[in-house]
Amino acid sequence: MAGESHPIRAYGDRRDDGVIQLSFTLPVPLSDKAKEAARQFCTRLGLLDVKVAAAEPAADNYTFFVVYGRADVSLDYGSIDVPEIVFRKLGFDELNKLIEDSISRRVVVLGACTGTDTHTVGIDAILNMKGYAGDYGLERYPWFEAYNLGSQVPNEELIRKAEARKADAILVSQVVTQRDVHKDNGRQFIDVAKAHGLKGKTILLLGGPRVDHKLAMELGFDAGFGPGTKPSDVANYIVHALLKKMGKEPEDLHFEGEPA
Amino acid sequence: MPGPFVDDAQVAQARGIASEVIEPVFDLIRRHTTISVERTVLRLFGMSDAGPGGIPLTNLMTDRLKAAGVLNRGAAYWYGRALHLGAASPLDAVERIAALPAAKLAPLSPQVEGNLREEVRREAEAAVDELRRRIDERDALRREFPMSPAPHRYVIVATGNIYDDVDQARAAAQAGADIIAVIRSTAQSLLDYVPHGATTEGYGGTYATQENFRIMREALDAESRRLKRYIPLTNYSSGLCMAEIAFAAAWEKLDMLLNDAMYGILFRDINMRRTFIDQYFSRRICALAGIIINTGEDNYITTADAYDAAHTVVASQFINEAFAKRAGLQDWQLGLGHSYEIDPHRPETLLLELSQAMLIRRCFPDAPLKYMPPTKHKETDIFFSHAYDVMADLVAIWTRQGIQLLGMMTEAMHTPLLADRYVALKSAGYIHRAARGIDQEFVVREDGKIANRARFVFGKSMELLEECRKDGLVTAIGHGRFGDVKRSETGGKGLEGVMEKSPDYFNPFLDILEGR
Repeated sequence: MAGESHPIRAYGDRRDDGVIQLSFTLPVPLSDKAKEAARQFCTRLGLLDVKVAAAEPAADNYTFFVVYGRADVSLDYGSIDVPEIVFRKLGFDELNKLIEDSISRRVVVLGACTGTDTHTVGIDAILNMKGYAGDYGLERYPWFEAYNLGSQVPNEELIRKAEARKADAILVSQVVTQRDVHKDNGRQFIDVAKAHGLKGKTILLLGGPRVDHKLAMELGFDAGFGPGTKPSDVANYIVHALLKKMGKEPEDLHFEGEPA
Repeated sequence: MPGPFVDDAQVAQARGIASEVIEPVFDLIRRHTTISVERTVLRLFGMSDAGPGGIPLTNLMTDRLKAAGVLNRGAAYWYGRALHLGAASPLDAVERIAALPAAKLAPLSPQVEGNLREEVRREAEAAVDELRRRIDERDALRREFPMSPAPHRYVIVATGNIYDDVDQARAAAQAGADIIAVIRSTAQSLLDYVPHGATTEGYGGTYATQENFRIMREALDAESRRLKRYIPLTNYSSGLCMAEIAFAAAWEKLDMLLNDAMYGILFRDINMRRTFIDQYFSRRICALAGIIINTGEDNYITTADAYDAAHTVVASQFINEAFAKRAGLQDWQLGLGHSYEIDPHRPETLLLELSQAMLIRRCFPDAPLKYMPPTKHKETDIFFSHAYDVMADLVAIWTRQGIQLLGMMTEAMHTPLLADRYVALKSAGYIHRAARGIDQEFVVREDGKIANRARFVFGKSMELLEECRKDGLVTAIGHGRFGDVKRSETGGKGLEGVMEKSPDYFNPFLDILEGR
């Protein structure tokens, strides 16, 4: 919802000074010429008062820079349109209570790192008992029935097992992103899900360090979760999505931490 | 040395239990071979090419022999038979064996059999001598250009393209890296063959091939000479081709291999029997080639909780050590793995991490050890992440780790940028320089939190080792005691490649490597 005009700039140590910091590498040996190249590079980015704070020999033919400058960019914060939070994020006990009261059965979730990807760190963080950054995983929620199938699970197998368990939601984790293998595999998952008639029926979620909500939607998932996602974010999303499907919450209900 | 924490007698007792734990596994190892061990035998004879369709000749030959039900007599025997038939080259040998109808695979007269084996044994001895000569060349270069003092700073390259890897590895060495590891392409551990030739396409890493090993080692030899510091190279001897990779690494003068007696079982769901048999032969090759192994206990505490499962790391290290010693490896070759992985949101984690690393140093005083950085609880705030990694640098120098894999501030985001390695190397260099000798200056109080925690973890490790002795290692793994992962003896991938040796099984390399 757009509001009143509210211009903002980057904040260094005083209002509206526009100061930002950045670091990058140029494939040239360290020299005065390299530093000037870094300065010009940042000027071309639109920065003012560029200060090359550090120029370090990252290798014989590579120089690493830390640069400060002022960005002459002003945004009207009031014009930024992000759906308003109606529901605050529910904690562990509150969310379990909501499932118990409104769904009255355990919510079944299956997850795996599918395709050739062997990295379970993402799916483990969301599903395993332990969770991530002090936030419990779905296995710990008494009102979730969560299954972590591990890594290198074929998409077909995940979908078959999800059907057998009548899963409410399926989580696909993708860590390896070289040559966009995560996108190809995500698409293939959706193709299989469609063939099994799960699309639109089961909640299909994609997660990973290079995943965002927009990408997941493009690939055909219901939502995407990127870096920093806590298990409770995913848990809240699944419960609200289920309640919407059941007609117990309005379609346009928005909640804190929802994928955007 | 920071603290005894536990008596020498208790450490010796743990070691004794571990060797009892592995004893039943050695019955299995003695009585069986695997298709991968037999392919390694053929590689040792120099069969390194690929045939039509890029399939390695070793696979073509062993698959054929296995299908005929005769591979359990040993690939070396059939190699001899092919020579006997007049094979002029490895490909010719494969073709001649493949062309033989099953009826023609019957034994020859005792006289001819004896001569054939003697001839093959002599050829095996010559092959091992040639391997030793290559290893001596590597060792001469190591002596000519000594490394910086430990902890040796270990960084990873993983572009998927061996030529890009070379650029990144050289850059890392120039920035101060002591050891380079080339990470393998995702899922290579599940391939039941070793890909062939130089590769430029990989996912999450670069295929481990003998040619890729050669290309990288050649580049690092050049860089070692330029920097006047020897830069060791590391790859992965794990998965379904442990022994074949160990051979390729030995031949191409690699210095280290990730090699764990149980990792494949737990984390790649490779069959237990297959892994136990393969790891033994692979480690025999590492022992001969002076390759330092890196074990994977750090992985236990990325799946299980690092605080709760700390004892599983120590118990597994005793087991890995016992397996390694039985394969002829010496203490200086044991890069036993552990890591800085306790949830940083807890209080006193520096004390807990120091306790764990000090306990492991206490139990394995002569092993280099391999210290891994935080990964599981890494967040995407790179500034916090960098500070978090630096604490691992401090623990590494304090506990005299031989090998330290440096944490990357962009862990949990993407494969490291070139500058991420530079930043990690610069700060680790500073911490190691600043704190060298700190362990000599501070005595850890025996009645404090660090010592009490170490005693507690050691006690739980002893309980787990006792359980493994009582119930058997297979049962303990079945109960998910290591890394919270449960595996069964006949589950997992690769069991079909395990064979009981026939009474006249022939493997002259095993005899040579075992010193017989």
